[in-house]
Amino acid sequence: MAEDVAKHALRSLPEMDRRTFMAGAAGVIVLALPRQALARPSLDEAIRGFTGGAPVQAGRVRFEIPPLVENGNAVGVTLDVESPMSADDYVRRVALFNEKNPQADIAIFHLGPRAGRAHVATRIRLATSQVVVAIAEMSDGSFWSSKASVIVTLAACIEDLS
Amino acid sequence: MTRALVNVPKSARRGEIIEIRAMISHTMETGYRVGPNGVPIPRRIINRFVCTYDGEEIFIAELFPAIAANPFIAFTTVATSTGTVRFTWTDDSGETYTETAEITVT
Repeated sequence: MAEDVAKHALRSLPEMDRRTFMAGAAGVIVLALPRQALARPSLDEAIRGFTGGAPVQAGRVRFEIPPLVENGNAVGVTLDVESPMSADDYVRRVALFNEKNPQADIAIFHLGPRAGRAHVATRIRLATSQVVVAIAEMSDGSFWSSKASVIVTLAACIEDLS
Repeated sequence: MTRALVNVPKSARRGEIIEIRAMISHTMETGYRVGPNGVPIPRRIINRFVCTYDGEEIFIAELFPAIAANPFIAFTTVATSTGTVRFTWTDDSGETYTETAEITVT
């Protein structure tokens, strides 16, 4: 009974309306896709989010990462920034960004003059072969960067447990 | 049981730059993995790491899912005075883990 009413209502809709309805339904399906399938910010957008649009110059950051890694689940990285690390000239922050992981950010480290040396090491995950960028923010507000491309044979993040 | 491992030199000369290493056992679940029953595993990572030296913050790290499981972080600081170096990790559920180390500065 109710089905008949619904069928009748749909049939009685003018052709145009039915199309709009279908387009709307398609839109709902797109919205229902998992969060990670939607656009992640590009590398440039992520960097702009960190710098606030300030220009980034190449140099002053020494960034060590193996060019070829077997296991993307733990990739050792070492960051060194050329800076006197004195009370009025030091590295404020160092950030790591990637090109193709589900999320562009890797880490943001806050340093200060008490660090003595701008040196940080950690281990990161890489989902696939890609470019990794390190950016340092100096106390004078300038940004310096260094990038490295890495080939990954076994990916991280995307494996299923089934 | 979460196990943390920190490495701070026992003693140092005043003004010396020392390296501090910290590691904690944590799965750093990214939220992008799917479990055996097809249900996504919820994200649970350590999103913040803070190191204080005599109560003053000397190093902070904001972490994202791209940090490997059992996060390891190494950094440097200037040995200023004899005191306590405190490490605090905070994860997505709001749980914090703390570890301390003593340093003698001569």
